[in-house]
Amino acid sequence: MDMITNDFSFRVATVNGTGSQSANNILYKTLFRMGIGVTGKNLFPSNIQGLPTWFQIRVSHRGYQCLREHDDIAICLNAETAKEDIAAMRDGSVIFYNSNIIKVEDSQKKPNQVFYALPVEDLAKQLTDSKLRHLLKNLFYVGALTELYKIDLDVLKKVIEDNFKSKQSAIDANMQALNIGMQYARENFKKSDKFLFKGGGDLNKGKIMVEGNQAGGLGSLYAGCTVVAWYPITPSSSLAESGEAYLKKYRVGADGKNKFVVIQAEDELAAIGIVLGASFTGARSMTSTAGPGISLMNEFLGLAYYAEIPAVIVNVQRVGPSTGLPTRTQQCDIQLCAIASHGDTKHIMIIPATPKEHFEMMVDAFDLSDTFQTPVFVMSDLDLGMNQWVDDEFTHKPLKMKRGKVLTKEDLDKVKDFGRYLDSDGDGICYRTLPGTNHMKGSFFTRGSGHDEYGRYTESPHAYVRNMDRLLKKWHTAKKHVPKPIVTGNANAKIGIIAYGTTHHAVTEMLDRANNADIKYMRLRAYPFTDEVEAFIKSCDKVFVVEQNRDAQMKQLIEVDLPGYQSKLQSVLYYGGFPISADFIEGNLKTKLGMH
Amino acid sequence: METTPANCNRLGLGKADYAGKPSTLCKGCGHDSITAAIIQSYYDLSVPPHTVTKISGIGCSSKTPAYFVDRGHGFNTVHGRMPSVATGTKVANHKLNVIGVSGDGDTASIGIGQFIHLLRRNLDMTYIIENNGTYGLTKGQFSATADKGSKAKKGWVNPYPHIDCCALAIELGATFVGRSFSGDRKQMMALMKAAHSHKGIALIDIISPCVTFNNHEGSTMNYVKSKERATPILELNYIPHQEEISVEMKDGEIKEIELHDGSHITLKKLGEEFDPTNKMGALKQIADSYDSGHLATGLLYYVPGQPDFTELNNMCDTPMCQLGDADLDPGPEPIKKLNASWR
Repeated sequence: MDMITNDFSFRVATVNGTGSQSANNILYKTLFRMGIGVTGKNLFPSNIQGLPTWFQIRVSHRGYQCLREHDDIAICLNAETAKEDIAAMRDGSVIFYNSNIIKVEDSQKKPNQVFYALPVEDLAKQLTDSKLRHLLKNLFYVGALTELYKIDLDVLKKVIEDNFKSKQSAIDANMQALNIGMQYARENFKKSDKFLFKGGGDLNKGKIMVEGNQAGGLGSLYAGCTVVAWYPITPSSSLAESGEAYLKKYRVGADGKNKFVVIQAEDELAAIGIVLGASFTGARSMTSTAGPGISLMNEFLGLAYYAEIPAVIVNVQRVGPSTGLPTRTQQCDIQLCAIASHGDTKHIMIIPATPKEHFEMMVDAFDLSDTFQTPVFVMSDLDLGMNQWVDDEFTHKPLKMKRGKVLTKEDLDKVKDFGRYLDSDGDGICYRTLPGTNHMKGSFFTRGSGHDEYGRYTESPHAYVRNMDRLLKKWHTAKKHVPKPIVTGNANAKIGIIAYGTTHHAVTEMLDRANNADIKYMRLRAYPFTDEVEAFIKSCDKVFVVEQNRDAQMKQLIEVDLPGYQSKLQSVLYYGGFPISADFIEGNLKTKLGMH
Repeated sequence: METTPANCNRLGLGKADYAGKPSTLCKGCGHDSITAAIIQSYYDLSVPPHTVTKISGIGCSSKTPAYFVDRGHGFNTVHGRMPSVATGTKVANHKLNVIGVSGDGDTASIGIGQFIHLLRRNLDMTYIIENNGTYGLTKGQFSATADKGSKAKKGWVNPYPHIDCCALAIELGATFVGRSFSGDRKQMMALMKAAHSHKGIALIDIISPCVTFNNHEGSTMNYVKSKERATPILELNYIPHQEEISVEMKDGEIKEIELHDGSHITLKKLGEEFDPTNKMGALKQIADSYDSGHLATGLLYYVPGQPDFTELNNMCDTPMCQLGDADLDPGPEPIKKLNASWR
């Protein structure tokens, strides 16, 4: 039998809120430390306890991190979904199941499948800690996998020790559970499948395993953010919470006083209002939210655009419309954020694909927002924000905040004329002063109503048009400053693929498989589109825009902003709520390109 | 007492240094009297005008920050959202003297959520409601502070009970709650100065009749009725901390309260015994005054010594907006530690 080493995936099916997450964490961290390419995707319900939940752990010797549509090993621990979970498994797959609560009929079995019956409830009776029994029994499957697939026990032990810090009783209880699972597998299972882990590789050298929301939270610390206002919403809450934890740990002065403030506001309207007040006054301020929060913020976002107030908004996108699927992922707020608010508005978006990029883009977001005195969206998604990704170690770049055109009292002494909305430099970006500036010329009145170059109220059509055209000029200036797209592949290729955000991971895996010199790939990282975007499309005969929404939102933005290329553009769209897979893109492209 | 040049305050500034743009409100609007009182209050207290930061929502009242203290920045935001923007402004620079101006629609209808949560935060600012019981800019609809049974200019009668912003504020833990009438300049001035001196949220609900849409017979908020109903419960005097208290003291008749900045207010008994530091007593006073067809005005409620928002959040003395790269960058060590923990 040919063995398959480090290139398969398994899916753990459990009941939400029963402690399975801890076992999953221990497992993938162990695999990571063994030097195996690994990723974890939590496919969870909007529920605290009781609904079915799945967790996919994928190992890949090439370090691929997108979701696999079909798993090789199923761990069936939820009786409610067992029938479907087993039915989803293909020929040659492996199925572990809790034989105390799940019965498997012969009719459910497919050719070459291997079944391992694990009597979880019986084994649980051996656990000494009766209080934690319901949690600890999740470790049995980890034990069984350890025994059958050669997980390094020393590494595993160390992970458990690190996980429970120095709480010896917890370490002992977990180790006991693990050993029970191992022992049962040793005595009762005869390994007859082809899957194996093999440690010792250096794939994870210089790498870390981290969630995007942690990266975004840390990014706010290192970007010089001082005022965070937010309202709890899945999947963004852990970004604000981790950000607050880092601020509390690393941004307290020698006098014990905080050089930050985090406000859990009463709703998203208040959150963005606080951000605007703080930014208007000159502090770096941000909020993090998801689609429903952006919907609520729309009026304020128009004010920020029109009155020209900086604001950084991280949107960890989830499935809409409405409440949608709150715990599932999509890239469905592209158009919402691009033009959020009534009236003619345009907003800058920057789009990270990995945690490290998210971390670094927080600096870009604040610099752009301060420079252009306008809201900047950081477009994350649930897959990036809440799943564990292997990425390069983060590096420290000394903070050099670009605060944009802010005039101090001394500056005001030198300028002849100060008008808040006066385009003195011809780039559409005006000068501002901060409240508290002690100068006769310094103050101005900010308003969301019609205003002239000096911030005075006006309903004059001429002044209105001048101002709106100047805002458009500012938008064009921004095109030269936003992160450029990254183009890979053969420059002469005639088939182009455009993707952005987490879709990147599925695209790169698909491209490796296709190994086709006639395909090149551009990963968008910002809106507005820089000149490179048009050049790329121009150089292709056909361009596929791959994205995770129903309405081809980014493709539509391209069609509007870069008219004339519509006939070249086609969509590859996945919007089921799980992260897009390489299989999906491959299948779709094959059909569209007539390849078989 | 210090001596200052004539027509100047202690900063050597004249009234003109606290002026704003000309008002564009209707002639005779109560809001303009409030604006004048605001100007006078900052002038009298010698508040540096560039530190006054004016935030408002949308409505007639929310236009008024353009009409006072031009030398301070102003931000006319969106309807009902002044409290959140004021919060952001104050936390970004807690050394600013933040004043929020709102109306009854802005506060008691569209913005009641933000109003409530601002009070809970005890943000150090003055919050003025210019309360006329009607929507002026949209031509005379009832607001949530209009009395039940009050008649609109177009003849409709309000069937719903009113919201009393002062009673609500007391209930929610505001630390300074006052009410006044735009026709009572002396009381407004004393309340405003005390409000500016108070550390924490200071709310003043000022009945300010709308001369265009709510000044007719049948309205409970027309000028004549408002004047009749407004009943001071205590006579209020504000004494700056530079001045000695020189009011005539008689046992039990005058109560003296020291404010955060060392200034004082004296409260002189007018009718029945009233203690504004007693929460239930204050609520009862408001309810009783309605029952008797009056509207209790003056300092209704005061809680001394409460930590304000910046203290509650242990914020550093340097304003957030003045922290630079070196203050904000925690250096490479935390990243090294976190990298290690993520392996």
